[in-house]
Amino acid sequence: MDSLIQFAQQDLGNPGLAALLSNPSFAFIQLMNSFSQAMNLFIIAAGLSLIFGVLRVINFAHGAFYMFGAYIVYSVAQEWTGNFWLGVAAAGLGLAVMAVVIERGLFQYIYDKEHLMQLLLTFAVVLILSDVAKIIWGTDQYSVSYPASMKGAVDLGVTFYPTYRLFLIVVGPAIAIGLWLFTERTRFGRLTRAATQDREMLSALGVNVPIIYTGVFILGSVLAGIGGGLAAPFNSPTPGMDATIIVDCFVIVIVGGLGSIWGSFIGAIIYGLVFNYGSVIVPNWQDVFPFLILLAVLLVRPWGLFGKPEGGNA
Amino acid sequence: MAQLEARNLHTSYGLSRVLFGVSFEVEQGSCIALIGRNGVGKTTTMRSLIGLTPPSEGEVVWEGRQIAGLAPHTVAKLGIGFVPEDRRIFPELTVWENLDIARRPAEPGRQAWGEDEVFDLFPDLKDIQSRAGGVLSGGQQQMLTIARSLMGNPRLLLLDEPSEGLAPRVVETLRERVRTLKESGLSIVLAEQNLGFVLALSDTCHIMEKGEIVYSGTPDHLRENRDVLDRHLTL
Ligand SMILES: Nc1ncnc2c1ncn2[C@@H]1O[C@H](COP(=O)(O)OP(=O)(O)OP(=O)(O)O)[C@@H](O)[C@H]1O
Ligand SMILES: [Mg+2]
Repeated sequence: MDSLIQFAQQDLGNPGLAALLSNPSFAFIQLMNSFSQAMNLFIIAAGLSLIFGVLRVINFAHGAFYMFGAYIVYSVAQEWTGNFWLGVAAAGLGLAVMAVVIERGLFQYIYDKEHLMQLLLTFAVVLILSDVAKIIWGTDQYSVSYPASMKGAVDLGVTFYPTYRLFLIVVGPAIAIGLWLFTERTRFGRLTRAATQDREMLSALGVNVPIIYTGVFILGSVLAGIGGGLAAPFNSPTPGMDATIIVDCFVIVIVGGLGSIWGSFIGAIIYGLVFNYGSVIVPNWQDVFPFLILLAVLLVRPWGLFGKPEGGNA
Repeated sequence: MAQLEARNLHTSYGLSRVLFGVSFEVEQGSCIALIGRNGVGKTTTMRSLIGLTPPSEGEVVWEGRQIAGLAPHTVAKLGIGFVPEDRRIFPELTVWENLDIARRPAEPGRQAWGEDEVFDLFPDLKDIQSRAGGVLSGGQQQMLTIARSLMGNPRLLLLDEPSEGLAPRVVETLRERVRTLKESGLSIVLAEQNLGFVLALSDTCHIMEKGEIVYSGTPDHLRENRDVLDRHLTL
């Protein structure tokens, strides 16, 4: 082990790798950081994947929804009430309202159109929303405090770890299981799966498919809002945060397989691990990691780890 | 008054016109058959009735109400069940889930279909409840697609080529099941190429040719006039 550390430090000239090898608690913290980042990203990516899985629309505005979630938490938690959880609830609620307006007002008209049309429309919504955000919140960078009950750190034996980040690590799997139970065990979930497979037949059976679509769009958007709200304490709400997150989400969703909840879950963890350990070992390459992951998966399994090859379900 | 009345239906797919004035009536509890060669417009007639391909001209009167142009889910809720020719089972849903998504309560006072009643009629389905729809045999899929539309408690069933692609023994079983349904008071519009099936079940037969009904008569009348069948059904 010692010779390995020495090899990393002296022969490779890589202090980051040496630190990982020589300092177990440092390596452990990277692991925990990977998970907490992954779980936050998962919440947002799951919403994007859910919407694509059922509606077959790639919603570029999903990143803007995330940004609105973060801003709403700032306004409600930081400026008005001082209660972080109230802010997160408001972010979810606010996004539900936005989702209804945008889906009923715009998106419902493009489901049968070509992909280019869909792309242009969702991109137009991105531009509009980012301007609306600037009108409401300006261009400042806001800071949002951690919730009062989670300000400290927890002793994990190996090391102390921030309570709030630990909380995210728990929330992610809880949401994943909740989403899974929803799609597999509830009637609305069964209807969403049926709508994915044969929308026309479902309508001939007496199901109002547009309402299912609206419902799924709301659910996916609320996930973006809550994800943005939960990220606000460590990702200060600021213009442009929508563009960064949408790239990360796309990578996760494509790596995991479009439309698969567990795919997004695993995709997010892979992203988190590569990003955090990668940043320590080759700090200058940070911006390239998402694309490297994407490339690696696309070469081996173009339909993603948990996805199905195109045309797999007729 | 007839329960269902198709009046002068004209239907097109885009620019290609398929139906040229189709009219017929269905009395409550009766079975009418649409027969004819491939491509004459039997399926299109059914799609016009349920609203999947609304007619550009003509009327559909259901229990006294004009329903042409309504969304399919609205028509289905009014009591018309659709059993498509290609079955269209949801392949990734289990048998039970395929039934569950079509569930709709019956009107008060009517016999209600739920999974228990459906399994009584199609006992084979009961044992494969948790199997995925996509792996069923053709016969099982056909039973399931009928069972699925029964879960919506329809008062009329549009049954499109139920015997297509099934082994003779399975067709026989199916015919008896459909007879049971008819005897329970369900009205049926049946599109079929299997003449035995049609003659055994229907009260009135309509022969279609190039998007029009060219002959209407009872099964007995058809049996006595084989030349009509020869003219319109053989190539
Ligand atoms: N989606 C469609 N788009 C364009 N034309 C169609 C479409 N579906 C059917 N047609 C055409 O409409 C005509 C009638 O078709 P339809 O399916 O109603 O006939 P059918 O009597 O049900 O035939 P079959 O016995 O083969 O089921 C055919 O010429 C067919 O090619
Ligand atoms: Mg047909």
